[in-house]
Amino acid sequence: MDAIKWGFKKSLWVFHLNAGACNNCDIEVLDCLCPKFDIERFGMKLVGSVKHADVLLVSGSVPRKVMPDLIEAYEQAPKPVAVVAIGACACTGGIFKDGYNFAGPVDKHIPVDAYVPGCPPRPEAIIGAVVKLMGKL
Amino acid sequence: MASTLGLLLSFLIFPGLLFTAAMGLATQWVDRKVSALVQWRVGPPWYQPFADILKLLGKEIVIPAGARRAGFLFAPMAGFAAVGVVSTMLWLTNLNGAGFVGDLIGVIYLLTIPSLGIILGASASSNPLASVGASREMKLVLAYELPFIIAIFTAVTKVSPMTLRLDGILEYQAANGVLLGNVSCILAFIVCILVAQAKLTYPPFDIPEADTEIMDGTHIEYSGAALAIIKLQQAMLLFTLPILFITVFWGGLVFSGWNILYTIVKYLIIIVIIVLIKNVNPRVRIDQAMRFFWGPVTLIAVVGMVLAILGF
Repeated sequence: MDAIKWGFKKSLWVFHLNAGACNNCDIEVLDCLCPKFDIERFGMKLVGSVKHADVLLVSGSVPRKVMPDLIEAYEQAPKPVAVVAIGACACTGGIFKDGYNFAGPVDKHIPVDAYVPGCPPRPEAIIGAVVKLMGKL
Repeated sequence: MASTLGLLLSFLIFPGLLFTAAMGLATQWVDRKVSALVQWRVGPPWYQPFADILKLLGKEIVIPAGARRAGFLFAPMAGFAAVGVVSTMLWLTNLNGAGFVGDLIGVIYLLTIPSLGIILGASASSNPLASVGASREMKLVLAYELPFIIAIFTAVTKVSPMTLRLDGILEYQAANGVLLGNVSCILAFIVCILVAQAKLTYPPFDIPEADTEIMDGTHIEYSGAALAIIKLQQAMLLFTLPILFITVFWGGLVFSGWNILYTIVKYLIIIVIIVLIKNVNPRVRIDQAMRFFWGPVTLIAVVGMVLAILGF
C-alpha cells in the first residue's frame, strides 16, 4: 500500500480539459510541457485520454453547453483523481460571471482540489499547484 | 515434477515475467532519458517507470458501458504472457543452451500475440477511436510481418548446416564469428531494427496509438491495473526484441569476464538506435507505412536473403 502511495506521489498524469476557455490558459498549460519547464522531471505527463488521468486541469468559465460534458468527463476519470481549476474564469467566472450562458464556476459542478488564479496564470504557478497535489491522492 | 516446478519458476521469476518486467521498465527509463537529452530537457528520475506502474495499480478500473467485459480485461494478459514466454526462451537458450527444434518459429509466432491481444482488447472496448486504432494495428501487423520473417530466415540460411534452433545459431556464431560480419546479415539486421520500431509502435510507426489524432487509440479505454499490464507488456517487448536480435545476429548474451560489459554495450547500442529513430522522425500515415514495409524494406530483406543463399 505504501508503494502505491509512493507511486501517487511520484507519478501524476495530467489531462487537459478545456471547458470554454479562450485558449490563453491552454497555451500556458502547453508551456509547462516545453523543454524550459520540463514537467517530466516531476514524473508528470500529458495524457490524451481522461481514462489515464490522475489530475484534470480544467480551464474556462464552463458555459451551459459544456457543463454536462465537464461532469461526464469527471465521472469517467478513474478515481482517485484531483481537479485543478486554472485561470480566473475557472476559479470564479472572471469577466464572464454575469454572462447569459454562464453555468460555472468549476467548483459548482465538480470538487476542486487546487485553484490557480490569474489571466492567464504563469506556468510556474500551474506546476506549483500540481506539485502541491503530490501525495494528496 | 521438479523440472516442471523449475520451468514454472523460470517463467514467473527469472528470466520470465518478473525479471523481464523489471529490466523492461529500466530500459524504458533509458528510452525516456535519451529522448529528454535529445530534446534538451532534464528528463525523469531513474525510478519513474516503476512509479508509473505502481500508481496505475492503485487506480480504479473503469469498464465502458458497451464493452465486452471478459475480452476487454483478458486480452492484454495474452500479450503479457506471450512476451514473458519469449523472454524466458531466449534467456534459457543463452544461459543454458536449452533449445528445442523450431524454437525460432515459436519466437516469431509468439511475438505477434501482443499485437493480436491489443487488437482484441481495443475491439472489445466499444470505442470508435479504439476501433480505428485496432484496424491500423491490424494493417501494421500485415505490413511488417513479411520483411521480419524474411530477415530472421536470412540468418537461418546463413548458418550451415541450416538450423531452426536458437542454440544452433548461437553455436555457429561461437565457432565462426558473429553473423553481423556478413553483408547479407547486416541488411537483415537493418530490416529488423525498422520492424522493431513498428512492433513497439514507436514513431514513425506509432500510427495505432497516434496521441494527437486518436488519443492513444488502441488503449484509450484502459485504466488502472489493465493499463498497467499494457504498459508492462510494451516495456517487456522493448527489452525482448533487442535480446532476440543480439541472439540471432550478434553472438548472443555472454556472461563471462569482460564479455558482460560487451553484452551490455551491444544491448544499449540497439536501444539507443531505436530511441534515436523514434525521436528524429514524424508519424507517417498508415498507407505510407504499408508502402514502406512492402516496398523498400521487403526489397532489402529479399536482397539480403539472396546474398545469404549466394554465400555472402
